[in-house]
This record gives sequence, C-alpha cells and structure tokens, in this order.
Amino acid sequence: MAEIRAHGVSKSFGPIAALQDLDLTVEDGSFVVLLGPTGAGKTTTLRLIAGLEQPDRGTVSIGGQDATALPPAARDVAFVFQQYSLYPHWTVFDNLAFPLRSPARRVPEDAIRRRVQEVAELLHIAPKLQNKATRLSGGEMQRVAIGRALVRQPSAYLMDEPLSSLDAKLRAELRLELKRIQQDLGATMLYVTHDQIEAMTMATHIGVLKEGRLVQFGTPRQIYENPVDSYVATRLGTPRINLLPVDAVHVRAPSGTAMVGARTEHIKLIERPVNGTTVGLVQRLEHLGDQSHLHMQVADNKIVILVDGHSPLKQGDPLGIELVQPLFFDADGRRVKGG
Amino acid sequence: MAEIRIEELHKAFGDFTAVKRSNLTVGNGEFFAMLGPSGCGKTTTLRMIAGLELPTSGRILLDGEDVTFRRARERDIAFVFQLFALYPHMTVRQNIAFPLKCQGMAAAEQRRRAADTARLLQIDHLLDQSVSRLSGGDRQRVALGRAIVREPKAFLMDEPLGALDAEFRHLMCQELRALHDRVGATTVYVTHDQLEAMAMADKIAVMNQGLVEQYGTPQDIYDRPASMFVADFIGSPPMNFLRFNGAVAPGATSVRLNGCALAVPVLDEARAESELALGVRPEHIEFSDAAALRGRVFGSEYLGTTQIVTVETNHGRVKARVPSDLAVRTGETVGLSFRTPRLSLFDAASGRALRMRAAAGAFNG
Repeated sequence: MAEIRAHGVSKSFGPIAALQDLDLTVEDGSFVVLLGPTGAGKTTTLRLIAGLEQPDRGTVSIGGQDATALPPAARDVAFVFQQYSLYPHWTVFDNLAFPLRSPARRVPEDAIRRRVQEVAELLHIAPKLQNKATRLSGGEMQRVAIGRALVRQPSAYLMDEPLSSLDAKLRAELRLELKRIQQDLGATMLYVTHDQIEAMTMATHIGVLKEGRLVQFGTPRQIYENPVDSYVATRLGTPRINLLPVDAVHVRAPSGTAMVGARTEHIKLIERPVNGTTVGLVQRLEHLGDQSHLHMQVADNKIVILVDGHSPLKQGDPLGIELVQPLFFDADGRRVKGG
Repeated sequence: MAEIRIEELHKAFGDFTAVKRSNLTVGNGEFFAMLGPSGCGKTTTLRMIAGLELPTSGRILLDGEDVTFRRARERDIAFVFQLFALYPHMTVRQNIAFPLKCQGMAAAEQRRRAADTARLLQIDHLLDQSVSRLSGGDRQRVALGRAIVREPKAFLMDEPLGALDAEFRHLMCQELRALHDRVGATTVYVTHDQLEAMAMADKIAVMNQGLVEQYGTPQDIYDRPASMFVADFIGSPPMNFLRFNGAVAPGATSVRLNGCALAVPVLDEARAESELALGVRPEHIEFSDAAALRGRVFGSEYLGTTQIVTVETNHGRVKARVPSDLAVRTGETVGLSFRTPRLSLFDAASGRALRMRAAAGAFNG
C-alpha cells in the first residue's frame, strides 16, 4: 500500500473551477472520505488521482513517486464506480479473475484461482463463484465490483459512492464490511460520498470540500466537534446543527459572534422557563422510528432537537432553551472561539 | 376526496404470488405508506389500486364504489412515479397545465389552476421557465404539480423520492407532508425506506412476501413490532434479538437468559419450552455495571451525537446506541441494562411477537 498526495492541484472545466489549489495527503493505510454536495469537487479529485483527468496545475504523487504525467494503467490504483459494470454473461469467478488475466499482468492460472477464492471469502460471496453475474442480488453485484478492485492488490483504492445505489439495509451492512476489509488489508483508501453516516463510520479522516476547495481535513470527531466554519458544521450531524442569530438567544457569546450553532446535544430543554431564559414554542414532533425530532419556533427561527418519541409535548407548548457550550460563528460563518 | 378499501386482494403472475389476500383500508384524507423490501408486493398493490394491473381475485373500492375492473383513467386517481417524466420543451406552466389541456378545459381556467398549484408548491416564480433548466427538486415539484392540478380523489406515489440523495430526500419528505396537510388528499405512498414512511405517514402497512405483516401508526409499529421481520426492518440499526430457550406463562414479568433474570413487560400469552427471542432496540440499552447481562465491547461507530457500540454477549452481538461522550474501549467488559417497557418477546420459530399486557398508552417518556 502507498501514500497518495495531491499538491497545489487545480482543475477547470471551461469557466468552471472544479478544484482550486488542493493539498491533500492520504497516508499509507488510512481511510480518507471526501464529503461534500454535488459539484464540490469530490469526484474530480478522485479522477485526477486515478489519471482519468489531467490537472491544470499541481502534482499528484503515489507512493512517493510523481504520477502527474502517468497514464491511468501505470498508476497502480483500483477504481470502484457508483454503477457496478460486471460482464453479465460471465460467472462471478471470471468477473473477479478478469483484472488478473490482463495481458499486461500474466498471472499464472493457479495463482489467480487462489487470489479469487481469498477475495470471495473476504466479501462473503465464495458460495456464488460459479453463478452468472446476472443471477445475483444488487448487493452481491456491488460486492463483486468491489472484489474486482481487491484482487489486484494495488497501491490504493479509489471509490466513488460505491454504496449509493443500494437500499438502506444493504448499505449499512456493506459499510461495516468495507471498513473491516480495509482494516484487514491495511489498505489506503480514498472514498467519495455525500452520505455523512458513511463518512463518520468508515473514515479515519474526512476532507470536507466546498466549491472546489478543501475547507477542513481531520478525524470524524474533529470535524464534528470542532468545525472551522458553519458550512462544515452543517455537513455532519442529524438533525442538522441549528444556526440562530446571536440576538435571538440568551447566551454569553464571544465578541464578533453573529450566529450561534447549537447541535441537539448543546440544547437543554427546561419545562418551566424563568425570566432570562430563551423560550421556544413547540411546533410538532416528527417520529422517525429510532429518532424523534422536536421542531420548535424560537423568535423567527426554527430549530430541531432530538427527543424521546414518547414525550407528551403538544403544539404551542412553551419550553425554555438553555445552550450548553454551543459553537459561535462570525458574520462570514467563520468559527469564533473563546468566550 | 376518498376512502380506498381493498378486500381479499390477490395477484398471481404465473406460479408466483405477488400479493396474498390482502385487506386494507385507507381513510379519507389519510397519508398511508406501504413499506417493504423489493419484491414484497407493495408496487403490485399500488398498481392494482391505480388500475394498471388487474387482480386475480378480490375487490377494490373507491369511496364505497367497486372499481376493481374500471380502467385507470376512469378512477380519478393521480399516479406519481419514481422517475418524473416532464416535457423538456415546455415551460413549468405548460407542464403543470398539461393534464387539464388533455381534458379540454378552457384556457383561462387552465391558467388559473396551474397558477394556484404552483403557489401551493412554492414554484410560482418559475412558471414561465423551461423545465430543462430546473434543479432536481424543482423538477420533482413540477411533477407533483401535474398530479395535483387535476384535483383527483387520491394520489398514488411509487417511491417518488427514490432517486434523490439522503439529505434532500429528508427535506422533500417534510415538504410532501406539509403539502398533504394543505391539500388533505388521500395518499398511498410506496417506499422501501423506513425513514420516509416514518416521517410522513399517518398509517403504515409493512409488507413481506405478498402479505401485510403489520398495519398501524408509525409509533405503534416501532414500539410494538408484530413480527421479527418488522422489528428488523424498522430502525437503524435494527432491533437486536437475544435468542434463548425458555417457557413463559401469562402474567410473567421476567425471562431467564443463561441464568440471569431480565424484566419484561407483563406477558399475556403462554409458550411451552421453546426457542424465544428477546427484542431490544439499540436506543433502549444502557451500560450499567450493576446489570446481570454482560458482554465484551467489539467495536464502536462514531455518529456525532451518539455512537453505536457493538457488544459480544452469550446470546450474540448486540448493538447499543449510547451518547458519544461515553468513553468505551474495545475489549472491555460492560453490563447491559434494558428499558423494560420497550422490550419485545418473539417466538423464534414463527417470528411472531408474544402479546403483552402493557397498553401503548401506559408508557411514559
């Protein structure tokens, strides 16, 4: 496995700057997730590292070697796409063996058999090796697609939303499996998603992208607990962080604060508010099964808090809101510390 | 608006049975969700209600009137599909008004109704734009507008949000529900996403292999799953099952797992010695040194506000949702305590839940 490094990388498509001056290091054996909405530059980053795009400026290195000018085939990285493209008329075995049978590699047939068997066991699809690819469920097909990347033992894996076409149950299952496989192999992984749960549960580090710029890079906990700005703060957390104008709440804020960011765990509800407490009115309780979201109106603002699904609150009930160590942001959304 | 009733509805394709003798009533103005994995029969049921598929046997009643063999267009129902097909060369206004134009409605009336509908969907500022320039969400709204503008008796929706990403889906859920509250039309909504069903529906039918496994309010289905299938389908992560052998009698208030007694809600059913499964949701588990049931921490997943901790016990792996500021080390031994009123008990062979005496109303949060 190998370290991947992008240094000062920029890429434009016509007038659109897809990536601007990106510095990113994916350490050997780490699992880095790039998170951001559509158009933030996640997939472009992946494609630049794979060699499917050429940067306008900057360098890409893989395992300490400058790879900027290398064609994709010479980069020794494996790419898993969102849409699995298997050879439908082939068996699972032949699909998995395909990358090893490339004329450029010349792997002996018994070594291929051994390697395919290993990978199939890792992915729990060994009993299906002789099935036709079309006779598999969606989850199994995606596992075969991932398996095809794993058989080669490349320097790094690049994955572009590999789970997004699967249903929720399967996604949860494969999330755990992918993480386990990555740890077992000690693989270097760069993974793109807009699903915050995937990012939080799998990543050793998350890179948050916004309009082609890397705005923060850190462990899931650092990104969640210590965001650099309000944009990053809204990327993680369900329900989403509540952003309130500082004059809408009673809280001791450091100077320069324009917005207070209160996650559900920063909010203490008080049943009988006294003078000097921020008061909100209950709007509705939204049951989402394992979570219940309490929607409240605080002056002209709406906030959402996690509560017990059986709470007896009714529409119009007033509740006191006490903020415990919330986050503070200035008028430009940058984090303000101290206070 | 209308009540939809299906009676003994059955549909077979060759020797495959898609829907097995189902009975359901969707109340007037209700938002009703049919939830289940792919192949459970939910879309087939919806298509039969729409008239796009004829049942093998059984009846469909719309407002008390038998419409089982009526053509789709004679049913006064609007169908919203997963992939919204808009006419790309037309404006938003033309797209929304299209069904009215087909009905031969006067142009002035078409304009008025299209404008009203657009206002309802908060896209009135886009009326004269071409739909090809709209964002995904606005296209979805136009597609909805085309269904609403006819003012049909009922809406049928087949995974209309399936193609959207998670964050946007939740936003659209809130919007759809708010729209339902304004329009008040009877809605049947098909989805495999439990969050969508939970967030929007008044009533949910959970389907499995052509059968309705459970029918009830979202909170009922979450609190009192009728089967292990439902318990496993709802909730993320799903309910944990601790399997054990035992016998229970009506009035029992505890079960014995491997020698340790665990309190359960008062049982109302008997089972001779057999394999049972104690069902506990991850969010109803706490770590407590005093608890009799113990296990070894296998790993944890950080989720911000909470973390999911997987614990190996003698009865299998158990996932607990606990606050993320609780320090948990892999390999350490923890005691697991459960919130008794929220536990379920299942017959492991049939998967059915054992009846409990505690009424849902007796809970307090």
